[in-house]
Amino acid sequence: MLDDFFTRALLAGIGVAAVAGPLGCFIVWRRMAYFGDTMSHSALLGVAVSLLLSLNIVIGVFAVAALVSVALVVLQRRRALSSDSLLGILSHSTLALGLVMVAAMSWVRIDLMGLLFGDILAVSKLDLVVVYGGGVLVLGALIYLWRPLLAGTVSEEVAEAEGLSPQVSQFAFMLLMAAVIAIAMRIVGVLLITSLLIIPAATARRFAATPEQMAVIAGGVGILAAVGGLFGSLNYDTPSGPSIVVAALVIFLISLAPFGSRALKGGQKT
Amino acid sequence: MLDASRPSEPLVSLSGAGIFRNGRWLVRGVDLSIRPGEIVTLIGPNGSGKSTTARMATGILKPDAGSVEQRTALRVGYVPQRLAIDRSLPLSVGRLMRLTGPTQRDRIVTSLTAAGVAHLENAQVHDLSGGEFQRVLLARAIAQEPDLLVLDEPVQGVDFNGEVAMYELIGAIRDRVGCGVLLISHDLHVVMAATDTVICLNGHVCCSGTPENVAASEEYRSLFGARAAEAVAFYRHQHDHTHLPDGRVKHADGSITEHCHPEDGRHDHDHGHDHATTRERAGGSGHA
Repeated sequence: MLDDFFTRALLAGIGVAAVAGPLGCFIVWRRMAYFGDTMSHSALLGVAVSLLLSLNIVIGVFAVAALVSVALVVLQRRRALSSDSLLGILSHSTLALGLVMVAAMSWVRIDLMGLLFGDILAVSKLDLVVVYGGGVLVLGALIYLWRPLLAGTVSEEVAEAEGLSPQVSQFAFMLLMAAVIAIAMRIVGVLLITSLLIIPAATARRFAATPEQMAVIAGGVGILAAVGGLFGSLNYDTPSGPSIVVAALVIFLISLAPFGSRALKGGQKT
Repeated sequence: MLDASRPSEPLVSLSGAGIFRNGRWLVRGVDLSIRPGEIVTLIGPNGSGKSTTARMATGILKPDAGSVEQRTALRVGYVPQRLAIDRSLPLSVGRLMRLTGPTQRDRIVTSLTAAGVAHLENAQVHDLSGGEFQRVLLARAIAQEPDLLVLDEPVQGVDFNGEVAMYELIGAIRDRVGCGVLLISHDLHVVMAATDTVICLNGHVCCSGTPENVAASEEYRSLFGARAAEAVAFYRHQHDHTHLPDGRVKHADGSITEHCHPEDGRHDHDHGHDHATTRERAGGSGHA
């Protein structure tokens, strides 16, 4: 079964979406969308560095994304520039640096389109191991960190005063984001990872009464988008990343429709 | 004289504590300690370092000078001055109660009931009014059964009657739970009755002591100007006589009368009695 490239792509897409949805909720709650975008753009730089140093690509991408997030936090603390300027600078300069480095390494042949927009043909059995192994680790860590992370999202001061360590868990959360970017890059592509984090979470918001519900629904919406998008990608021969994002957008738009709103309100009243 | 629980041991004590930020001292040289069952109120103008001092007491800020010592394994319940929850985060009141630690359901209900908002358990926090949200935040802080309750302007967005009720509630919680309370307020005359110690801040400790002593001090008057006089007058009025169990009134000069009249010359203030009565309800003296 796993010999079929499409089955592998489906399984990988489902695995990535199931992790990205819950994690993406925190990105929405903490207003870190652009932060996530910057980290995922740095993944291309990670690829270039991995090729240059003959590292495993997943490890290289994880390391560079984690470094960029630490650099962002340190620069934000200094407050010389506003956060959005810093993010704009880092986001595009890491992307450009990655593109230049990959192009300059004439001795490696690399599918740039596949890196930027995802490639369902590229998912290997090893990738599946990475997606599910990494995914279980990330979800486990997220469950472990849930309380301090959520408390820190509501109020860092309250969490700190009442004996949790919001800064430690926030740092751990950024490492988790770097990990998800590293394992999702193959499927969704560098440019579109953030949308897989944010769109399912935003879609889930209307249907959730608690943070936990929102996380679970976001995972479900993400899986739907991944499956729908990959079938579209197969049928119309489109790159897998944009196809998944378009599918997520369609689900999001359907969830905005007024009939959904009435059904929801009616459900709450009865 | 040391019993097992040693009630006189401070929950938290600051000595000479100060915070230095961006080239200036936000507050420095703060000495204060809070014991179980004690209510300490910080007052002072805007920017005088009240919140900074409270943050040092909770452990959020580490002092740049002096020291802050918390009793080991001190449980703090904190109600911050501002708490804005992003609308993208779905959060029911019941879920908010379990934010920083697992909390048993009956304790959640008890705390919400104590704060008078038990009916809101299933409401979303975004749908609450300002006053309801303040009460929910207070309920959340006491649901963790803290040793020390730190309240940074807990009556913001609450109207005057609600404000009186909130302070009565805080006093009642202190009596029931026996926790120490660090309260921040800019309104001395409303919090006076329940407070054991008042600390008047303006970048440093201007004066401190019992509410009577602080209200009478020159530092307090110069810091608060005209409003201070009002508070002092109100305060004297409140305590220049006591109501005896048989309904008669004993005045400060020792005389006993059947009633209490402002025009009988025993009161050394000149504002109307109706106004004073309202204020006294605030103080909780039960004059009416």
